[in-house]
Amino acid sequence: MPAPSPTAALRVRNLRKTFKDVVAVDGLELEVRTGECFGLLGPNGAGKTTTIEICEGLTEPDSGDVELLGMRWATDAAELRQRLGIQLQETQLADKVTVLETIRLFRSFFRHGPMPAEVIALVQLEEKMNSRVGGLSGGQKQRLALACALVGDPDFLFLDEPTTGLDPQARRQLWELIERFKLQGRTILLTTHYMDEAEQLCERVAIMDHGKTIALGTPRELIASIGVEHMVEFSAGGAAKALEIAALRRMEGVRDVRAENGTVQMQVTELHRAVPALIEELERQGVPLTELRTHSASLEDVFVTLTGRHLRDE
Amino acid sequence: MSNMTSDTTAISEIRPREAAGRGPGPAARKSPADHALAQLTLTRFREFLREPEALFWVFIFPILLAAGLGLAFRNRPAEVLKIATVTPELARALRQDKLLDVQQLSAKAAEEALRTGKVALVAEPGVDGAVVYDFDDTNPEGRTARMLADRAVQRAGGRVDPVAASDRLMREPGSRYIDFLIPGLLGMNLMGSAIWGMGFAIVDARRRKLMKRLIATPMPRHYYLLSFLLSRLVMLVIEVGFLLSFGILVFKVPMRGSLPVLALLCVCASLSFGALGLLIASRARTIEAASGLMNLVMMPMWIVSGVFFSAQRFPDMLQPVIKALPLTAAIDALRANMLQGAGLGQVSPQLLVLAVWLAVCFPVALTLFRWR
Repeated sequence: MPAPSPTAALRVRNLRKTFKDVVAVDGLELEVRTGECFGLLGPNGAGKTTTIEICEGLTEPDSGDVELLGMRWATDAAELRQRLGIQLQETQLADKVTVLETIRLFRSFFRHGPMPAEVIALVQLEEKMNSRVGGLSGGQKQRLALACALVGDPDFLFLDEPTTGLDPQARRQLWELIERFKLQGRTILLTTHYMDEAEQLCERVAIMDHGKTIALGTPRELIASIGVEHMVEFSAGGAAKALEIAALRRMEGVRDVRAENGTVQMQVTELHRAVPALIEELERQGVPLTELRTHSASLEDVFVTLTGRHLRDE
Repeated sequence: MSNMTSDTTAISEIRPREAAGRGPGPAARKSPADHALAQLTLTRFREFLREPEALFWVFIFPILLAAGLGLAFRNRPAEVLKIATVTPELARALRQDKLLDVQQLSAKAAEEALRTGKVALVAEPGVDGAVVYDFDDTNPEGRTARMLADRAVQRAGGRVDPVAASDRLMREPGSRYIDFLIPGLLGMNLMGSAIWGMGFAIVDARRRKLMKRLIATPMPRHYYLLSFLLSRLVMLVIEVGFLLSFGILVFKVPMRGSLPVLALLCVCASLSFGALGLLIASRARTIEAASGLMNLVMMPMWIVSGVFFSAQRFPDMLQPVIKALPLTAAIDALRANMLQGAGLGQVSPQLLVLAVWLAVCFPVALTLFRWR
């Protein structure tokens, strides 16, 4: 076995996986550094879950190599299982069993780790300790799932869409918890299709589409890579057809303009110049402005720029 | 969310990783109850005991069934037969037999009573002191009445039986329908709880992706299957004890065989049915698919394996097939043990059948088993 690099906790090389006639993962390369929180981003069906499940040793790849904590699934499965914390997408824990009983069960599989009560305190479920799982809210269930991933005091934590389906408050609460684990020096690989989640939690992200990585870097780098800082969105009422898009493109500080469903989206480098120019131009064209929004460029915009699609589009 | 307030305490709970670390600390304090197999088995129990429906089907239903059928098919005391006659002399002679309820009627009324089935037989005087019996010889009651009436008449006429005979009545437990039924229900219960208990729990865990989550931990996979077996065996003691106590206390069902052999039979049957349940549940992803398969497997056995009536009633050519079924083997052996006091040697053919089912189903189930 080659000596593991001190900085890479997970190294994935040329990974491929095909289900029947669907190519889920298509030559993926990935490296997660020890101690970082790495985000795997992409729309549903991009191959995120397949990738993470191959890394977790739950799915056999067709080809390619996965090196995790300097070990490989073929030879070190038992040791790897002891050192990983795994949260799967859409696991439903047994309803009739209480929170404490569930944690004790999962704790019993690991050699080392904190006491069940400590883990429960960690995810702030003390008050629900003796409640049955079936009676928990979605956010509480998700925190329990997180607790199950932490019972073995893992070196590497896999979180597959940890906040999907949660309300904003529950998501924010879960983010806080994940932030704290990062402080403890654990390596985390998380998948999400929420760009704000990745921006909030991850040091580095890889954007996946059709089973491949199409961009890699810190959220800041990726946003900078599209060369725009701001997005301007406006609606031009029913008059959108009459709008001269070409004229907008020629405006100073505007990189790109896209119109869909009556909404126009402009990628802009200098907001303070672009907005007055836009209002002037619309007046000149005689188009009424019904709605105007601006936001700083986000990972969502990176994805749109790279693929021409929105993340939530199925 | 209610837990937001506990934020500050939670932060203080987080210990540096070195402290939580890999030293002997918490692991060294592990009690036997924290062993993975113990925890898995405990979880099985909790899930079962917290499911009121399951408790009903496993414990209450067989008792209700036994009670209902036991009442319906209880043996009645020998019935007194109603007959009629037309002369006081004959009536006097016939009344000597306590099993006959004799009415003295006019010839016309007697004929009417016989025709409408109110009496089973009419005794009339014939020529020269002879007696004529009118009855329907296709009716068993009529034939019995003919024998009883003739015996009473002959004895009244001075007949002395050449051979002295006396009766010893055999109405003791062991030959009644309820005695036949209890071992049958016991076998049916062993099959049902093993197959349902394993099948539903396994398919449900698979459907919930809970099984996939478990194999993502270091849990040894055979522990998972073993936990089903262990909880089954413990449950077995309760289940069998419950039904047998009911049979013994309420219906005085005999227990003529040795208890260790009975226990062995129950364990073997449970293991075979458990393996069969595992096989049924090895691939199914939905409760519907699994329950269809379970019914497909169990329904024929409920009918042909002699739960409610003897399997001997089926044609001879089917007997080898019926005898090879695990439920037939289990019930035959249980009946032999409980009712005839059969020992280990006499039930060994049935034990062999059960062992073969176990030996075939278990490895096949393990090979086919879908863990996710």
